Amino acid sequence: MKNTATEVVPAEGGLGNDPLLAVDNLHVEFATRAGLVKAVNGVSYTLNAGETLAVLGESGSGKSVTAQAIMGILDMPPARIPLGEVRFRGTDLLKLKEEARTQIRGQRIAMIFQDALSALNPVFTVGWQIGEMFRVHRGMSRRDAETKAVELMDRVRIPAAKQRVNDYPHQFSGGMRQRIMIAMSIALDPEVLIADEPTTALDVTVQAQIMELLAELQRESNMGLILITHDLGVVADVADKIAVMYGGRIVENAPVHDIYRTPGHPYTKGLLESIPRVDQKGQELYAIKGLPPNLLDMPSGCSFHPRCPYRQDNCVTDVPELYEINPTRNSACHYWREVLDGTDG
Amino acid sequence: MSDIRPAGPPHPETEHDATGQAVAVGTPEPPPDVKPAKQGKPASLWSDAWYDLRRRPLFIFSSVLILILLVIAVFPQWFSSVDPFNAATCQLAQARNPPGSAHWFGTDNLGCDVYSRTIYGARNSIVVGMSTTIVTAIVGGLLGLIAGYRSGATDTVLSRTTEVFFAIPPILGALLILAVFRTGNVWTVMLALAVLAWPMTFRIMRAAVIMAKNQDYVMAARALGAGPGRIMFRHILPNAVAPVIVVATINLGGFIAAEAALSFLGVGIQSPDISWGLMIADARDRFLEAYSPLLFPALFLSVTVLAFIMLGDAVRDALDPKLR
Amino acid sequence: MAPTGDPILEVRDLVKHFPLSQGIVFKRQIGAIKAVDGVSFDLHRGETLGVVGESGCGKSTLAKVLMALERPTSGSVMINGKDMAKARGGDLKRMRRNVQMVMQDPYTSLNPRMTVGDIIGEPYEIHPDVAPKGERRRKVQDLLDVVGLNPDHINRYPHQFSGGQRQRIGIARGLALQPEIIICDEPVSALDVSIQAQVINLLDRLQTEFDLAYIFIAHDLSVVRHISDRVAVMYLGKMVELGKDLEIYDKPAHPYTQALLSAVPVPDPEGREQRERIILQGDPPSPANPPSGCRFRTRCWKAEEICAEEEPLLQIRPGTGHESACHFAETHDVVHAT
Repeated sequence: MKNTATEVVPAEGGLGNDPLLAVDNLHVEFATRAGLVKAVNGVSYTLNAGETLAVLGESGSGKSVTAQAIMGILDMPPARIPLGEVRFRGTDLLKLKEEARTQIRGQRIAMIFQDALSALNPVFTVGWQIGEMFRVHRGMSRRDAETKAVELMDRVRIPAAKQRVNDYPHQFSGGMRQRIMIAMSIALDPEVLIADEPTTALDVTVQAQIMELLAELQRESNMGLILITHDLGVVADVADKIAVMYGGRIVENAPVHDIYRTPGHPYTKGLLESIPRVDQKGQELYAIKGLPPNLLDMPSGCSFHPRCPYRQDNCVTDVPELYEINPTRNSACHYWREVLDGTDG
Repeated sequence: MSDIRPAGPPHPETEHDATGQAVAVGTPEPPPDVKPAKQGKPASLWSDAWYDLRRRPLFIFSSVLILILLVIAVFPQWFSSVDPFNAATCQLAQARNPPGSAHWFGTDNLGCDVYSRTIYGARNSIVVGMSTTIVTAIVGGLLGLIAGYRSGATDTVLSRTTEVFFAIPPILGALLILAVFRTGNVWTVMLALAVLAWPMTFRIMRAAVIMAKNQDYVMAARALGAGPGRIMFRHILPNAVAPVIVVATINLGGFIAAEAALSFLGVGIQSPDISWGLMIADARDRFLEAYSPLLFPALFLSVTVLAFIMLGDAVRDALDPKLR
Repeated sequence: MAPTGDPILEVRDLVKHFPLSQGIVFKRQIGAIKAVDGVSFDLHRGETLGVVGESGCGKSTLAKVLMALERPTSGSVMINGKDMAKARGGDLKRMRRNVQMVMQDPYTSLNPRMTVGDIIGEPYEIHPDVAPKGERRRKVQDLLDVVGLNPDHINRYPHQFSGGQRQRIGIARGLALQPEIIICDEPVSALDVSIQAQVINLLDRLQTEFDLAYIFIAHDLSVVRHISDRVAVMYLGKMVELGKDLEIYDKPAHPYTQALLSAVPVPDPEGREQRERIILQGDPPSPANPPSGCRFRTRCWKAEEICAEEEPLLQIRPGTGHESACHFAETHDVVHAT
C-alpha cells in the first residue's frame, strides 16, 4: 500500500461510478461495564458531491456514532467495528493505516460539533487555531497562516476579522464560535463535511444564520454535507435526502420531499404527526407512545415494535430488512405499504 | 459516546400514555416490575457503590487487613498471652534476643517481648487514626458545609483561616501544639493532628457543596419553600459528602503514620504506653545488633497505613468513577 | 380554558438587575445586568401565557423572580391580590404553595439521593398542614398515577427512569401542593423528540383537570403556539409584543417577532426555496449595556432616529389589534408568506 492519502484515495471521481462517500453495513459496538452496547447495527448510506444528507434520529439512535466512525475518532476500545465499510471515493477508510487516515481526517473529511466552546482550545487565539490547519497540513509560515485565518474568518462572515483574529474563544458569542469551528473545518477545502447538531445549542435567529452560511459554503465548493440532527424543521429546510435512524439502524431513507409527503416508516410518520400544527390547536397532540429503546436491552425483531401502531406478530420475531419502495427510497418496515397508504394499523 | 444512553437498569416495563392509561411498551408477556429486580442490582447510589465495592479485589484485600487490625486493636489479649504492660515480663538478661520460639519477634533493649508489644501497639495507632479522622471530618465537614452554603463573609473568614493553617509546616505545627500541652498521649496527639488537618476536609467539603448547591434540585427545593436546614442536610450534604469520605479514608493512614512520627520524635505517645513509633525510636540505636525490635513495628505500621490508603482508593473508584 | 374573572397573577413594572461589582474587599458597583427591565402582564385562571425569546432575553430570570427565587429590584408580583415581592418568612412560604415550577433538565432537577416517593412527598414535609402524615404516601401514589407513572415505583431512584419519565416526576412534585399557577421553564426542550408530545399532552390534560394557569417559557415556537392562549415576546429584558396566539403568529407587528418567526424552520420542504426569510445580522447586544431607546434598533431594518431617542412603549398601535413596542409597528404575516 502507498503511504499518503492522496495516493491511496484518488482526488477525483474514484473507481467507476463510486459515490463520494458510502457507508456500507456498518456495525459499531461498545464494551461497557453493563454489557455490550450495539450502538450501530448495519447502517448504509451514500453521499454525492454537492449533496446534503440529513441523518435524523434521537439520542441513542447511533447517528453520531456513525459519524465518528466515518471520521475515525471513536475511542477503540471501548468501541469496536466488527463489520462494515466506509468507502471514500471507492477506498475503504476502515482498512487504511492510521497514518493515511490522518491525512484524510480534517483535510478531506471534516467535522463540526454541537458544542463549539468545548471543541475550541481556550488557551489559544482563534487565529492561531484556524491557522494551525495551514501550518500543520500545508507547512505554511506563521504569518501566512494568520493571513489565511483572517480570510477564512471573513468567509464565514465574522465581522472585523482582522481585529478579532487574536481574540480567544471565550470572547466570542455562541454563534460566532460556531462560525470559527466552521472556518476551521472548511480551511483545507474538504470534500465531505459532517455537521453533528451544529445549531442545537444556538438560538433560532442564529441557527438561521449558520444554516444559511453552511448552504452557501456548500454551493461554493460543491462539498458533500452530512447533517446530523433531531430537528425535523432544519432537515426540511436544507436536506436533499434523509436517513432516519432508530435504535442503531436506518429505518427509512428517501428524498426529502417524499418523506414529508408520504412517510414510509411508522416511526418517521409518528415523528411528523407529533409536530404541533396550527389546525390541531386545543387538541391532543399525536404522541408516539412508550420510550426510546434501551441499547443494552433491545426489543426483539423490529426495535420499534413496542411503540408501533402497525405491529403484527412477525414484527416481534423478524428483523425487517430495508425494503426497496422505489429505486430512491427504502423502509425497514414489514408493513411499509400500509404505512405509505396511510391506513392505520 | 455522546449518543449512548447512560448504562443503567432497564426501563420499567410499563409506561402510561398521556391519557393515563397503562400501555405495555416492552415485550407484552412478562408482568410489570420484574426487570429491575432481575439483575439483583440495588437502586440507591450508595448501594450501587457498595455493590461495586464488593466486586473489587483491592477493596476486599484492604478491608480484610483492616478487619484483622481492628480485632487486634480491640482484643490484643487474644493474640498474645504476654501482657507487655506488666514490667515483670521484661527481663534485662534476655535483652536483644533474636526471634525464636519463646519470643516470636525477639526481645528489645530491655528484654521485653517485641511480639506482644507490637500487637498491643496497634490499639493506639488505630485509635489516633480513627478519632482524628472523625474529628476532622465533623469539624472540617460542618464548617465547609456552612462556608460553601452561606458564601459571602462567612466563607471569606473561614477560607482565610484555613489558609493560615495551610501555611504551617505540619510536623513543626504538631511539635508546637504538643509542646503547649506538655504531655503526649493518644488524645493530645489526636488534637494536634486534627487542628492541623481539618482545613483540608474543609476545602474539599466547601468545593463539593458549592457544586451541589447550584444544582437544579436545590432550586426546586427552595421553590417549594424549604428552609436552609433542610436544603443543607437533605439536599446538599448527601450529594457532597462522597469526596470527604474518600479523603478521610486515605487520610486515616496518614494520621497513623503521623502519630508514629511524633512518637518517634518523642513528643507523641510516651513510655510506658506503647506505640509503634516509640518502639522504632527505642530500637534504632542498636539496630545493627538486633533488627527485630525495629523491623516488626515498622512492618505493622507500613501495612496498616497501606491498607487504609488502598481502601480509600477503592472507595474513591466506587463513589466517583470519573476520578479513575 | 378561556380566561375568566380577575387575574390570579398581576405583574407590574418588574425589574431585576444583577449588580456587576469590582474589587474584593471594598466592592463597588460598576454596572448592572438588566436581565428583566420593566415587564408587566396579567395571568388568568386556567390560562396559558407563552413566553418566547432568545437566550439572554430574560425569560429565565423572569421565571425565577415569579418563583421568588430571586428578589426583584423593583416592581410587584401580585398573586390573588397579595404582593409576593414584598412577602417574607411564613407569608412567602404560604404564597409559594400557589406557584410551582417545572424545570428544564429532568436529569439535574431531581435529587439523585432521594427516592421518587421522597421527592414528590417533600412538598408535604415542608408544608405539613397540606396533608396529614398518614395520607402522604397515598397522595404521592395518586400523583404518580395522575402523571402517568406506575404508583408502585414509589421507592425507585431517579436514575432508574428515562428523561420523559423524570420530567413526569418533576411535574408531579409541582402538582403536590395544588398550586393555581405553574411556571414551565423549557419543560420539553431537553427531551427526545418522540417524547416531547407525550409531555405536552400531559401538561395540557393537567391544565383542564386542575384548572391550572401556566406560564410556558420555551424557545420552540411551534410548541408555544400549540399550548398558549396568549404569547409574550421578549428581547433584552423587555416585552416587545404581547397578544393572543393567533395575533402573534399570523399578524406579528414587531420586527423582532417577525424575524423570530421567519427564522423558525418549517417542517415541510414544499416551497422552501420561495419562503421569505428575515435573517437578522449579528448577535443581541449585552444586557449590561443595552442600546438607548428601542433595544432592538441595532439589528432592525426599520430603525430611524426616533428609535434611538425614544423608547417605544408596549401598547396597542394603529393598524394592529394587540400590544407591541415598536414605533413602526405594522402587521406582516411571515409564516404564511411565500
